[in-house]
Amino acid sequence: MFAGAAAFLASLLKAFVTGGIICAFGQVVMDFTRPTVTPGHVLVGYVTAGALLSALGLYQPLVELGGAGATIPLSGFGHSLAQGAISGARSAGLLGAFGGGVQATAAGIVAAVVFGYIMAVIFNPRG
Amino acid sequence: MLQAAKKLGKQTFKFDNPPVIVSYASIVGPMEGQGPFGKEFDYVLEDDLFGEKTWEKAESKMLRETLKLAVQKASTSPAEVDFLLAGDLLNQIVTSNFAARALGIPFLGLYGACSTMAEALALGAMLVDGGFAERVVLGTSSHHNTSERQFRYPTEQGVQRPLWAQWTVTGAGAVLLAREGKGPAVTRATVGKVLDLGVKDANDMGSAMAPAAADSLLCYFQDTGEEPEDYDLIVTGDLGSLGLKVARELLVRGGLAVGENFTDCGVLVYYPEQDVHAGGSGCGCSAVMLCGPILKRMEAGNYRRILLVGTGALMSPLTVQQGESIPALAHVVAIEKKGEG
Amino acid sequence: MDEQKENRGRYNVLSDVIARLRMEKDLAEPELAGQKPPAGLSEQERQKWEKQADQEAYRWLVEQHKPKAPVKRNLLLAFLVGGTICAAGQVIMNYFQGAGLGAKEAAAATSLVMVFLGAFLTGLGVYDSIGKVGGAGSIVPITGFANSIVSSAMEFKREGYVYGLGARLFTVAGPVLVYGFIVSVLIGLVTFYFSSGS
Repeated sequence: MFAGAAAFLASLLKAFVTGGIICAFGQVVMDFTRPTVTPGHVLVGYVTAGALLSALGLYQPLVELGGAGATIPLSGFGHSLAQGAISGARSAGLLGAFGGGVQATAAGIVAAVVFGYIMAVIFNPRG
Repeated sequence: MLQAAKKLGKQTFKFDNPPVIVSYASIVGPMEGQGPFGKEFDYVLEDDLFGEKTWEKAESKMLRETLKLAVQKASTSPAEVDFLLAGDLLNQIVTSNFAARALGIPFLGLYGACSTMAEALALGAMLVDGGFAERVVLGTSSHHNTSERQFRYPTEQGVQRPLWAQWTVTGAGAVLLAREGKGPAVTRATVGKVLDLGVKDANDMGSAMAPAAADSLLCYFQDTGEEPEDYDLIVTGDLGSLGLKVARELLVRGGLAVGENFTDCGVLVYYPEQDVHAGGSGCGCSAVMLCGPILKRMEAGNYRRILLVGTGALMSPLTVQQGESIPALAHVVAIEKKGEG
Repeated sequence: MDEQKENRGRYNVLSDVIARLRMEKDLAEPELAGQKPPAGLSEQERQKWEKQADQEAYRWLVEQHKPKAPVKRNLLLAFLVGGTICAAGQVIMNYFQGAGLGAKEAAAATSLVMVFLGAFLTGLGVYDSIGKVGGAGSIVPITGFANSIVSSAMEFKREGYVYGLGARLFTVAGPVLVYGFIVSVLIGLVTFYFSSGS
């Protein structure tokens, strides 16, 4: 019982610290670059960086260490894209190289569109 | 070089029969109503929709009602007003177009960004003093949400605004100028040139506009030969706290000893606790402050001579994305209360 | 009239003010700029150089007055908010793993839940307050991605469901997907090349 609770809390702490550091890095970028770097640029940067680190085999250790702390930031999305592309290329050749990334992240993308749509229909902006 | 008869110096104009501000009106949003001058506006909205379905419609209704109120307070009717001058921040100045549609007065649309109120006053005064109109009604408006979604981000997006960002005022102000009547009069105006000192940050319009404000004020005092202490109040439109500091330094370096009488509508319109960072901005900023607190104090005799320096940042969302810097200009309008003041 | 003429000389025109500002800046930071344009420039290029120098001097002046952003505080808040969101995600992920999903499936399911939560909080009008405090801590997690989608779509609902809501869903999401797909295809191609070559 205690071991279970301890492991649970440890996983939370690891996620907290890993996620916090990854986000803090983004804050540094935002505060120290010119105003032309917008949140949109930051998001694109994270996805791309996550995918590249993943391809180099550097992101998986982060996931094993930090759990959700590594998968929840948008770099985690890039990681899924990269891993999907790699396994797709290995198993299905050229078609897999193209489709593998999207296939791996399809559920997440569709969820974003569908949930996004539903919420946007139901709610109104409040300024 | 030939000099026009009513021109003073390089950019300033003098009105021989200063047109009189016979009435003024202002409507503001809830946040402005909670500010230091909340009770000095004619009407404070309960929310930012004013009973309409979209913010754009709300803004147009605000402008329309403010213009109507100014006409009403002057004991006249739209049919007796010669011209309507109005402008705003939205694309194709639709707020003003739709308000003009409702009023049925011959309409001249203006775009000066946040300097529109000063621009309208200057042009309206020229029309009246030049014998082209007996009465001109002029006004402008801005709305925080309509301008956020056009110029910056959707209002529900979680973004962090820097400390020097400003908050667009939700409000409309209008004035009725007449050839004769009782009230403060527009005596002079300086039309500004567009200046650009390379500021690219769309969140820092104060720094973009400060040089223009300084340049137009330097020009005004040079053209008229007067001193800053000849005026009870020299107020810029929306430089914000940072822009005001920069403009003050530029003016002092230029030899103009501006003192306590130099301030900014954007800095005045909100309390610091309302967390608007550098202060208010938008066409409505100078409009509501003028058509409420400032003109009220002139009527009461607290101010006899003031200068309104409308400041405008002339960029579009596209130019900012294309990496262009922000050009700006500033118009100076002198308003004086003669006679029993 | 004469008094006017006399006063006209007293006030410096703004260009004089800027010129003196430039001199001061060059004195304060001599290693950064030369005082004269380099030789051999055409008239147009010389004017451009002068304009640039004016802008540099003005920027120098503005920086002296600009309030300093609370960098340390922003960093701490980004860490705390980002960490909290990820910890919440970890709770959800533990639940899914406990329910029998493998590691990858649990991560995917967690992302779905987080997207839902981000969208929901945006609809409630709460996420922009989180963003104001958390900065990158609220933008970087996938909840921030959902926030940018929903906030944009909600805002433009009044312009219709196809071109308003529908199109605007992708204002920020679009580039993320575009660049994500491009990088993933590149990685896939590289993998394919190296695994088929050997």
